[in-house]
Amino acid sequence: MSRELFKFKGGVHPPEHKAESTSRPIHAAPLPKKLVIPLRQHIGNPAKPVVEIGERVLKGQMIAAADGYISTAVHASSSGTVTAIDLQPVPHISGLPDLCITIETDGRDEWVAHAPLDYQAMEPSQLRMQLRDLGLAGLGGAVFPSAVKLDPGASHACTTLIINGGECEPWITCDDMLMRHHADEILQGVGIMRHLLGSTEILVGIEDNKPEALDSMRSAAAKLDFAVEVVKVPARYPGGGAKQMIETLTGRQVPSGKLSTDIGIQVFNVGTSYALARAIHHGEPLITRLVTVTGHVLRPQNFEVLIGTPMHTLITLAGDRDGTTGVLMGGPMMGVPMPNLDVPVVKATNCILVKSAELFPPLPKALPCIRCTRCADACPVELQPQELFRFAKAGDFGRAQEYHLFDCIECGCCSYVCPSHIPLVDFYRYAKSEIWAREKDKRAADLARERHEFRQFRQEREKKEKAEKLAAKAQAARAQAALDQAQRAELAAAPAAEGAAVSDTDAKKALIAAALARAQAKKSDAAPKNVDQLTSEQLHQIEEIEARRTKIRELARKPLESEEKKP
Amino acid sequence: MPSPFILDRTSVTQVMAWVLAALLPGIATYVWLFGPGILVTLSLATVTALAAEAAMLKARGYAVKPFLADLSAIVTAWLLALSLPSLAPWWLIVTGTLFAIVVAKHLYGGLGQNIFNPAMVGYAVLIVSFPVQMTHWAGPNELTSVHLTLAQSATVIFGGDMPRATLDAVTMATPLDALRTGLLQQLTVDEVMTHPIFGHYGGVGFEWLAGAFLLGGLLLWALRIISWQVPLAFLAGIWLTAGFLNFFDAGRFGPPWFHLFAPSVMLGAFFIATDPVSGATTPRGKLIFGLGAGFLTMAIRTWGGFPDGVAFAILLMNLCVPLIDQYTQPRIYGGADKEPRA
Ligand code: SF4
Ligand code: SF4
Repeated sequence: MSRELFKFKGGVHPPEHKAESTSRPIHAAPLPKKLVIPLRQHIGNPAKPVVEIGERVLKGQMIAAADGYISTAVHASSSGTVTAIDLQPVPHISGLPDLCITIETDGRDEWVAHAPLDYQAMEPSQLRMQLRDLGLAGLGGAVFPSAVKLDPGASHACTTLIINGGECEPWITCDDMLMRHHADEILQGVGIMRHLLGSTEILVGIEDNKPEALDSMRSAAAKLDFAVEVVKVPARYPGGGAKQMIETLTGRQVPSGKLSTDIGIQVFNVGTSYALARAIHHGEPLITRLVTVTGHVLRPQNFEVLIGTPMHTLITLAGDRDGTTGVLMGGPMMGVPMPNLDVPVVKATNCILVKSAELFPPLPKALPCIRCTRCADACPVELQPQELFRFAKAGDFGRAQEYHLFDCIECGCCSYVCPSHIPLVDFYRYAKSEIWAREKDKRAADLARERHEFRQFRQEREKKEKAEKLAAKAQAARAQAALDQAQRAELAAAPAAEGAAVSDTDAKKALIAAALARAQAKKSDAAPKNVDQLTSEQLHQIEEIEARRTKIRELARKPLESEEKKP
Repeated sequence: MPSPFILDRTSVTQVMAWVLAALLPGIATYVWLFGPGILVTLSLATVTALAAEAAMLKARGYAVKPFLADLSAIVTAWLLALSLPSLAPWWLIVTGTLFAIVVAKHLYGGLGQNIFNPAMVGYAVLIVSFPVQMTHWAGPNELTSVHLTLAQSATVIFGGDMPRATLDAVTMATPLDALRTGLLQQLTVDEVMTHPIFGHYGGVGFEWLAGAFLLGGLLLWALRIISWQVPLAFLAGIWLTAGFLNFFDAGRFGPPWFHLFAPSVMLGAFFIATDPVSGATTPRGKLIFGLGAGFLTMAIRTWGGFPDGVAFAILLMNLCVPLIDQYTQPRIYGGADKEPRA
C-alpha cells in the first residue's frame, strides 16, 4: 500500500462532476426494439458479416467474424431477425455512416448455446482465437482487440500487468461503478490475463477520487491466491492514460514510438478485465457494457447496455431535459460529438454526456498565441504545443513532425489551459491528417516509381542480354576463326570462355543488387520520421483522422481571427 | 466543434490584468517616494496606447473590441511609462508609446507576433533620439526641497510654465547616472557613493521601488503567470557579472547589490524579460535568455554609452530567441535525449 509513486509531467485538474452519476445504482437498460450493430467497433479490420438478411439470430450468436489478426468478431446482443446489412449512422467523429447489421429484436432474449471455457487446459493461441471470436476489445476507449494484446509474443515478457482503473476524464463513472460492484469478476479476468501473459507483478491503479472503488477492489484482491496490489494514485487528468498510469506506478516511460510491451508492461482497462471474465467463465461474448449517461439529464446514472442500443433510448431513460445543446460520446476532454441520437452504443461507448449551455458554455473566440507556454506546462507528453501549433498553422508539417507531433495523444490539456482559447488539438489533428494523406500519396507514387524503375531495369537487362548474346556469338565466331587458324589453341580457349560467362552472371547480380539498394533507399527517404512503428493509439488516431480529414481541413484553413465557433 | 469542450477559466485578459495588478505596489511606492508625477505619465501612456491600438486594429481590419479588451496595450504602456523619467515631457511619452504600439507591435503582426518587446523598443528609440529629455527624473522626496503636486507635475510634463529653478530643484540624476558620471570623472566607486542619492543597496527611494517591483514579481510567480527561470537567471546574470567585476576592481565597478537594486532591474527581471511573446519558451531557453540579458545589462552599464542597459539587453536577447528555442527543445515523454534537427 505504501508503494512509491511517480509523477508524470503536466496534466490538469478540470472539475470532476463524478458524483452526479454515482449516487444511483447500475440499471439494466431495457431491450430496445431495434439493435444496430456496427461491424467496425474496434481497431483493425472491420468484422465480416456471417448472417443474411431475414435470418433469425440468437443472443450472443456471432453475426460477423474477425477478419485477420487485428480484428475481432461482432455478436447479436439479443435474439431477433436480421433486417438490414447496410450503412447506418455510427458514433464516429466523422459523422459518416458505416456498415451495420440491424436486428429487429423479438423480446425473448434467447441465448445461443454457450459454456464456460476451461482456459487453463487450452493452448494459449487457441484461447486467444476464442477471445477474438468472442469479440473482446479494450473498453477503455481505444478498443484494441484484446486477443492481440494478450499475446506476449516471442520476445516480450510482460512481467508487469497494470489494470487501469484511473478513469480520469470528468463526468465518466462507469469504471468506478464497475469496480464498486464487480470487483471479484474484474479480478477473475486479471487471473486469466496473468495466465496468458505470465506476469509476475500485478498492479491496479485507481485515482484517489474513487474511495469506494478502492475499498471494494482491495477487499476483493485480499481474497485471491495470487498477489494483486491495488494502488491509490493522485487524481489528475490524464492520469488514467495508459502511459501516464505506467509512469505513475512504475516510474518508467514507454519509449516514443514503442509499445509498453517493449518495456515488459501491459495495460488493460478494468472493463476489459470484467468482459474477459464473463467470456471465459460464462462463455458470454462482448454484447453489453456499462455506460454512464450524465450531464444535462434528470437522473444521471450508469446503465448496463446492450451493444447496438440507440443512444436516445438511454437519454430518455435518464430523463431528457429542455435546453440540450448536443451530446458527446466520452468525456469533455476527449469526447466525440454525436451527429444524431439514433447512433448505437458501441464497445467504445463509456459515456453519453448531454450538454447544455450552462454546463458547457460556448467556447470564447480564439486570440493569437502569446507564447505563454501554459500549454507546454500542461502537456503530459512534454511537448511544446505552441510550436506545434505554429508549424501546423503555417503548414510546415515537416517541422511539426520534428517537434514530435505524432507523440501527441490529443488529450486536450493544452487547449484546456490556453488563455488565448486556441483549439490547439484541432490543429494537431489537422496536421496529422495532412501528413497521413501525403504519406499515402507518397507511398502510391513510390510504388509507381519502383514499378517504372523495375521495368526500365528489365528493359535494360534484356537489351544487355541481347547485346551480350551477339557479342558472345561474335566472340565464338572469332574463336572459331582462331581455332581454324591455330588448332592447338583449342584447349586454352575453353577456360577463357568459361571465365567470361562467370563474370557475366556476376555483373547481372551486381545490377540487381544495385537496383534493389536504390529502391530501398527511396523507400527509407519516403517514410517520414516516427510513423513506421505504430502504437495502438496511433492506429486508432489514423482511423479517426482518415475519416474526418476533409472536415478538419476546411476548419483549420480558415484564418484564426475569423473563425466562427458554433457550439 | 471537436474536443476538448471545457476550458480553464484563465484568459489573456486575466493574465494581463494580473500583470497590471502586480505593478500596483511599485506604482504606489513610486508615488509615495517620488511624488504623483508618475500618475500623469501612466495615464498619458495608457490613453495613447489605447488610441494607437484601436486605430491600428481598425486599419488592419481586426475586431477592435476583443483585442482592446485583452489589456496588452495597457501593459505595454505601463511598462514604458515606468521605465521613463517621471517628469519626461508629454511628447516624449506619446512618441515612445506610439512607437511601441504602432511599430514594434502592430507592424510586426500584432498581439503575439512581435519579436521585440514593444515597451523596450519605445524606450530604446527615445533614449537614442532624446538623451537629454530622458534625464528628467524626479528625485526622491527625501532628498529634494520642492515636492510637486499632481497638478504641478502635469504642468511640468505638458510643458507649461515652470521656472527652471523649480525643475532643477525637483529633478535629480538617478543613482546609475550618478555612478556613471562619477566614474567618468575618475572618481572611485566609494567616492561616488558618498553622494546623498545612494542608499543602503541601491539609491535612496530607488531601492524601495525595486523592492516593490520584486514583490509584484513574486506575486506573478506565485500565480504561475511567469516562470521562475527568467527572473532568477536575469538577476543571477546581473549579480554574477557585477560580482565578478567588483571582485577584481572594486574601485571602478559598483557592488552587485547596487546593480541588483536599480529599479529597472527588478522591473526588467519580473515584468519585461518575462514577456512571453518576445521571450524564450523552453525551460532551458528561459534560463539562457535571462542569464544573457543580465550579462548584457551589466556589459552595457559598464562599457556602453548609456547609464542603464536593461532595455538594450532585452532587445538583443529577443533577437536570439528563435535560435535559443530551437536548440533547447526539451526531451519529450519517452523520447531519446536528442534535440530536433535544426
Ligand atoms: S497556452 Fe495558448 S497562448 Fe499560451 S503558448 Fe500555448 S498556445 Fe500560445
Ligand atoms: S493534446 Fe497533445 S500537445 Fe496538447 S497537451 Fe495533449 S499531448 Fe500535449
